[in-house]
Amino acid sequence: MNPVVKIILQRLALGLLTLFIVSIVIFTAVNMLPGDFAQAILGQGASPEAVEAIRRDLGLDQPPVTRYLQWLGDALRGDLGNSFAQANFSSFVGEGSGGARVTVAQQIAPRFANTMFLAGVTAAIAVPFAVTLGVLAALYRNSAFDKAANVATLTSISSPEFFLAYVLILFLAVLNPVLPSLSNIYADMGFGERLVKTLLPALTLTLVVTAHMMRMTRAAIINLLASPYIEMARLKGIGPMRVIVKHALPNALAPIINVIALNLAYLITGVVVVEVVFVYPGIGQLFVDSVKIRDIPVVQACCLIFAAAYILLNLTADILSIATNPRLRQPK
Amino acid sequence: MTWWMWILAALAALLAGGWLFRFVAQKITGNRPYFRDMPFAVAFGYVLAASALALAVWYYFQPVMTEAGTPDAGVTFFRWALHGFVIFALAAWLFRLAGRHVGTGGSRKLFRDMSLTAAFGVLVILLYAFTAIFAAWLAPYGQEAVFDQVNALPGGDAANGGNPDHLLGTDQIGRDLLSRLIYGAQNTVGIAFATTCIAFLLGGSLGFLAATLQGWFDNILSRAVDVLMAIPSLIFALLLMTIASAWAGSQQWLLTVYMVFIIAVIDSTRVFRLARAVGMNIVVMDYIEAAKLRGEGLGYLIFREILPNATAPLLAEFGLRFCFVFLTIAALSFLGVGIQPPLADWGTMVRDLAQFINFAAFSPLTAALPIMAAGAIALLTVAVNFVVDWMLQRSSGLKE
Repeated sequence: MNPVVKIILQRLALGLLTLFIVSIVIFTAVNMLPGDFAQAILGQGASPEAVEAIRRDLGLDQPPVTRYLQWLGDALRGDLGNSFAQANFSSFVGEGSGGARVTVAQQIAPRFANTMFLAGVTAAIAVPFAVTLGVLAALYRNSAFDKAANVATLTSISSPEFFLAYVLILFLAVLNPVLPSLSNIYADMGFGERLVKTLLPALTLTLVVTAHMMRMTRAAIINLLASPYIEMARLKGIGPMRVIVKHALPNALAPIINVIALNLAYLITGVVVVEVVFVYPGIGQLFVDSVKIRDIPVVQACCLIFAAAYILLNLTADILSIATNPRLRQPK
Repeated sequence: MTWWMWILAALAALLAGGWLFRFVAQKITGNRPYFRDMPFAVAFGYVLAASALALAVWYYFQPVMTEAGTPDAGVTFFRWALHGFVIFALAAWLFRLAGRHVGTGGSRKLFRDMSLTAAFGVLVILLYAFTAIFAAWLAPYGQEAVFDQVNALPGGDAANGGNPDHLLGTDQIGRDLLSRLIYGAQNTVGIAFATTCIAFLLGGSLGFLAATLQGWFDNILSRAVDVLMAIPSLIFALLLMTIASAWAGSQQWLLTVYMVFIIAVIDSTRVFRLARAVGMNIVVMDYIEAAKLRGEGLGYLIFREILPNATAPLLAEFGLRFCFVFLTIAALSFLGVGIQPPLADWGTMVRDLAQFINFAAFSPLTAALPIMAAGAIALLTVAVNFVVDWMLQRSSGLKE
């Protein structure tokens, strides 16, 4: 078998295994909650019969391993259970039992799409911006521009997201009202309008992720500049810009792609705070709200989705860095 | 839609300016090699920087008051930002100058090759440490003291709804904001520092143990850390905080304690990775072999042989970890599940004061309140990052 395919298959298997263990960790953590889900739903004045009924309905009387397998099996089929916040006594044992429940999957699906839209817009702005800035910084290394870019990106990466968000709100929404500070997005919104409302959170996230990518691009290119083939190109009389873009950049691509994928993974989780600031109806906002009201099935499901996205993107970074390595691609 | 036409026109003007600048400079200097070989992009960069500088100077001298008598918030904010920037740059420069002439030979040598950003970082860290330690003396009131006047505006001007007793005003239940801002240094920074120390104690000792013992101990710990690191840290912290909040019940202070340990454990996985990797490189050295053959115990090996040789990378990591922990705690507090009231904390303050930002056009100082609390967080992390950057560059010679 081709060694690259073999390594990639190994990584995929490892990723799946990690995801499986992570799901066990999440399930165990949630089951460390004191008390009972049934009591949590019904509150203080619950009669023993009602608690018993809900326990049976939710399968809480089963042993943990059975429940875990049940939960995992359901999750694989896209059924993430029912939200506690939407559930109440009547939806379990009252009239219309089982019919009027809002499932977690129904709640998450539109928000997940929103979050992916935000991450996509951010990536579309941040990646070209960061790579261009990195190439320019490598081209004019040790100049005033390089130092200023270094300080500016270091400042933006080390500030908390909400600081950047509020500074942007102050200047772009309050003092110069060009962009809306609240991203109220509806399902049937046109692309243009949606883009305008997403722009401010996307700009905030861009500021957060640019620094890492830009510094990596710069370092990867500068690392190569001492190699003989670059010197050869330079001695041929090729201009500095062409040397970097045509000769250095293709060979520096592996670490750059890797750091881009890692930052996209960061985006998936970094959205939480930004979504709360801008009241963006994404999965991060839902997650924080559910944490506050202890809506366990939603917390569990969001956690699993975040972890899956994180693992998947890390895996992609891994695989891409293998796939772009010519020494591994060419079998001996 | 005319704004994009303005941008295009400005861009065209700058491009023309760049070409003109190079052309004129070539003519004046009689084709000096520097100007003769100057790429167009560099000329453009010079013109861009010069016009940005000119624009900043022009904007700085705009009148603060508009004709209508209301303050122009944009100019006000710009002046504050510029003043802050100049004052900090000047202070950092003076600090470095003082460090180069006062003190022992070692400290003077340290200051001699210090960049201005690093000097700024050290200065800010010292300021924060001072504020945190002496918060009780610096703050005019206690952090939990509640006053009669709620939502007093900052500025201390009674005619504008302020109160001269409360320079930065009071919050929605009447607590003095200046005092809470100062106490925030103690609580937020103190808790983050304690958390980082616990994380290092845990991750560092386990990492060194794994490096020295190896075998099954190392294998089990490394795999466990791999799994824990596969969950994004903020998400995992939020999940565990949900459970912690159920365990803590109505005892709010307990939740803060839980948070410290949750974040310490999550962050210790990253410390473990580094400590193990650094330890692995040291364990294979000859002097460790010699110490083992001498019959030294595990404690001696770790504390007398490995630790002294691993201080430099661990110290840099401590700075970075502190930033991460500090930002995580701030984010959790901002989301409402971190440090609990009545403790004053910057993250919580940002969330509580956030809506004031909409008053920017009428009262810039009020709008600056949430920015101040968030900026207090940002300033410290930026400072620590500057210092760590400088340390890393010094130790690894990243300067090329």
